Amino acid sequence: MTRVAFWRAVVVLLPVLALEVLCRTGVIAPIMMPAPSVVLRDLVTLLASGTMNGAIVKTLGNVALACVLAIVAGVALGALIHRWPGLRETLEPLFATYYAIPVYAFYPLFIILFGLGEAPQILIGFMLAVVAVIVNTLNGLDSVPRVLGKVARVYRLGPLATALRITLPYAAPYLFTGVKLAVAYAFIGVIGAEFIMSRTGLGYEISFAFNNFDNGVMYPLILLILVIATALNMSLERWEKALLRRRGRH
Amino acid sequence: MTASPAVHVSLRGVTRVYEGSGSGRAVHALGPVDLDLLAGEFFAVVGPSGCGKSTLLEMIASLAPASAGSIVVEGRPITREVPEGVGVVFQEDACFPWLTVADNIVFGLRRQGLAAGETRRRLEDALALMGLAEFARAYPAQLSGGMRQRVCIARTLVSEPRLILLDEPFGALDQQTRLLMGDELLRLWRETGATVLLITHALDEAAMLADRIGVMSARPGRILEIVRTGWPRERDSRIVTEESFGDITGRLWRKLREESLKSMAGQPLPA
Repeated sequence: MTRVAFWRAVVVLLPVLALEVLCRTGVIAPIMMPAPSVVLRDLVTLLASGTMNGAIVKTLGNVALACVLAIVAGVALGALIHRWPGLRETLEPLFATYYAIPVYAFYPLFIILFGLGEAPQILIGFMLAVVAVIVNTLNGLDSVPRVLGKVARVYRLGPLATALRITLPYAAPYLFTGVKLAVAYAFIGVIGAEFIMSRTGLGYEISFAFNNFDNGVMYPLILLILVIATALNMSLERWEKALLRRRGRH
Repeated sequence: MTASPAVHVSLRGVTRVYEGSGSGRAVHALGPVDLDLLAGEFFAVVGPSGCGKSTLLEMIASLAPASAGSIVVEGRPITREVPEGVGVVFQEDACFPWLTVADNIVFGLRRQGLAAGETRRRLEDALALMGLAEFARAYPAQLSGGMRQRVCIARTLVSEPRLILLDEPFGALDQQTRLLMGDELLRLWRETGATVLLITHALDEAAMLADRIGVMSARPGRILEIVRTGWPRERDSRIVTEESFGDITGRLWRKLREESLKSMAGQPLPA
């Protein structure tokens, strides 16, 4: 373990340890929060019982769908906007203010339009994720040296082949940043939407447990979301580092 | 009576004017240039900074439009598409950083649909020729600037172009490597019979490599004089020690000195 990794573990584990002590000594009442070790034990029991399998699959499926749609649409729209400077000039200030708009404020409208099914949840995840992909695609395409465009012409590549074989691969580290953000935003969007406009999914189950004072379900599910999001992000981070190392940037 | 060599590239009245944006005035960057590149010859262009040498090369490759005049390659007027059989080496680093050295070199061959055996043979030859055999699996970021430029040269040469356009390809190399790369370039030129156009600011490089050297004026660049070196086709970097080599570089410099002074006094081109 490197020194940095050691200190990172200390930063994470120390508050958990403090919580454990506070819960075990009764400073924090069990009705407010069980000790982290109890939460972990409850999570293992919950997962082993299989009662949450449907909710887990539903949430992860919707996150994956929102994410894939955001990446495909974001890269395509980013590439399209990059080709038209006028369009970019028009849209860029809107992208800059996009995240100032609370997407959840529109949830009554989404329910009217799409009902209480999965579509509004996926749509909110998609809406949160797609602009991050567009912005990072634009940044990536800006970074492509002009000489590579000339090389593409020497090899007589058309616009699509140039994009697929030269500009997008060159911009990959930026696109990857967009993908990382898309995963995070899709999680936030889908789970957040499940809290307020769903009858299934992890967000709904947490909300349901909260309303029923069921700490034995609520805290383990919060821990589960934390573990999944952190594990995903760390995997993407490792992949990104390998990509950047290849480019000599790390 | 021997037949005169065919003309590979012909330029007539080629001019480049950068139109000023808004109220900015137009900048006459190049021309008119009249020039014939003979099939199989090694032609170098030298000139002061900003005289339009690279623009001239890009116009021949169809990478930049001419404002006036005509450019004919292998008997056909150029279009918006880079003519078939043309390879270009740029002065900037044009390696693909996401591909290994080997994948960079065969990038163009894969599009040509060559048989795997032929692709491998050309790759191995190019790696050996450029001294990159040990680095076939390395990524460009792991190489020096000079080695990356050698990758770009190899990528162009493996396609066996009939017209090779080189825009200051050795700018990133040290002097010894430039001389040795020059030897390799001469060997390839002899073996392939390709026509080579070399843009360079190094008078000794032009004098060593070329059959003929076009000396360009300060902006707007025009061909002021064409110097014939008179070297035999079988030559290498050892000719730099010959007495006539100094005569050629001296002649080039006498012509260029005044133009370079004019260029230094001039205004830079708009971006």
